[in-house]
Amino acid sequence: MQKFFLSMLGIPFFMLISSCYADTHYPIKEVTTGIFYHQGIHEEPSESNIGAIANVGFIIGERCVAVIDSGGSYLEGTYLSQAIKDKTDLPVCYVINTHVHPDHIFGNAAFKDNSPTYVGHEKLPAAIAAREGFFAKTFKQTLGSAYTGTEFIIPSETVALDKPITIDLGNRTLTLTAYSTSHTDHDLTVLDNNTKTLWTGDLLFMGRIPVMDGSINGWIETMTQMQSMELNFLIPGHGEASSDKWQQGLTKQLNYFTLLRNEIRVIIEDLGTIDQASKQVGILEQNSWELFEHYHRRNITASFVQLEWE
Amino acid sequence: MFNRILTLLIISVTFFNVSAYAATPTEPLWPTLKIAYFGDKEIREDASDLLVIEAPKRAEDAAIVPISVKSLVAQTSDKYIKNIHIVIDNNPEPYSANFHLTPELGLIDISTRMRVDQYTFVRAIAEMNDGSLHMVSRFVKASGGCSAPAGKDAAAALARLGKMQIRMRKPTVGKPVQAQVIVSHPNYNGLQFDQKSRLYIDAHYVKNIAIAYNDKPLLSVDTGISVSEDPSIRFTFTPSEAGALSANIIDSKDQKFSHSKDI
Repeated sequence: MQKFFLSMLGIPFFMLISSCYADTHYPIKEVTTGIFYHQGIHEEPSESNIGAIANVGFIIGERCVAVIDSGGSYLEGTYLSQAIKDKTDLPVCYVINTHVHPDHIFGNAAFKDNSPTYVGHEKLPAAIAAREGFFAKTFKQTLGSAYTGTEFIIPSETVALDKPITIDLGNRTLTLTAYSTSHTDHDLTVLDNNTKTLWTGDLLFMGRIPVMDGSINGWIETMTQMQSMELNFLIPGHGEASSDKWQQGLTKQLNYFTLLRNEIRVIIEDLGTIDQASKQVGILEQNSWELFEHYHRRNITASFVQLEWE
Repeated sequence: MFNRILTLLIISVTFFNVSAYAATPTEPLWPTLKIAYFGDKEIREDASDLLVIEAPKRAEDAAIVPISVKSLVAQTSDKYIKNIHIVIDNNPEPYSANFHLTPELGLIDISTRMRVDQYTFVRAIAEMNDGSLHMVSRFVKASGGCSAPAGKDAAAALARLGKMQIRMRKPTVGKPVQAQVIVSHPNYNGLQFDQKSRLYIDAHYVKNIAIAYNDKPLLSVDTGISVSEDPSIRFTFTPSEAGALSANIIDSKDQKFSHSKDI
């Protein structure tokens, strides 16, 4: 924790206590009335960034608060919880997880005191169960002390495909929609109906290279449908929330996967290998994305084995 | 062979589970694994005059790591590689595959895809027809971030279970051609969870892939739970006459799948 402050912010420790640290040390931006988020940093998770690499935040109604993605570590969850307390005295009644990845769910346990309803896609419980052991083993090392306290909490309420649900925070309704396999096989979006603000989870990455952990064809189809959405604001899973930049971000992400798919199909047709595809496909995209080196070849590998079955 | 090995490795995994999952996966598990799988037989290490193993430096996707093995000496009926054993030291089941090979294959060029979720040595041990053992190995770094060795779309994988493909470039009689056999199979390793029953799904994986040309065996592979979903085997062979390439698959529940392709 101390390491995080020192390396990220370079400020003396005593200032943390004297100032309102949710504002200065864990910046929270207001997207529109009552909707706040912390923008994750475009880095790999580590002890020094406490896993705070994804966009996480909350929506305040008249009765209570909904958390949308809880943080990349228990420690980040506690920061987010503190940030909420700085804005309102209302309790957290929902913790919504857009999908299983650690940067979106590891803060869940920090909200247990409010006994909120944990909500996710109907396939989220299975996704947690399949990855829990691996994530626990790996991220204990990756996140070090920031991991301490992290728990895997199975959602008590789930959203089925084609059956969106609406929850009420008091004069403020949110519509939760489950998607067919795209970024993962259990993506969930949250729409604030009052302000027409959409939290996409990792259906949209901006700035940081997107990671395909679901279906390349499914995600391309989902992105194509998302292009015609009419929204006032959009909060992506990674990168800046905006009213007018997301369309461009969505097109860029769609173009990236379309290019990957086209080039991989040619290699498969010619009986090429994953190794060959990793060296050739999409190399011109290299300067267009942050963390390209970390996930581009992974995207190729994962897409390749799916496109073999077309 | 594989059953005996399974028993041994269950013992080894039970005893060495702690170290297999410990913070330093470079701990030398190999001396123990070597005894478990090969007894007191001598293994010539760094046999780079005979074999080349290729694997990515980093497991980009923990669920799909391409691994290939090539021989530098052509198979002859007098002297040939009979088996290539693949061992992935730090996997839950280190003994990952055994390729049974024939003199008909010429130069060996085989590849498959494995699950690799942490830093590990990947080893190929060639067993010659005279019984001698020769090893090459590569170190593979774990993938980062959210990459888990879990399937990406369990529903899709189950829906096409048993579908097979035999793929190859247009072959010419007398010339080496590369072919690929893929079978769609979830290859459950016993660590996956069924949300409906709330229970872990029993291991259910492809056990053997046998490939023949005109009914004459070319190669056969015993496979275990390290093998990726939708197992894929690539190999090179030389068709000596027109005929049919066939693949027969059997899984751990004794389900059988087969497919063939005329040349």
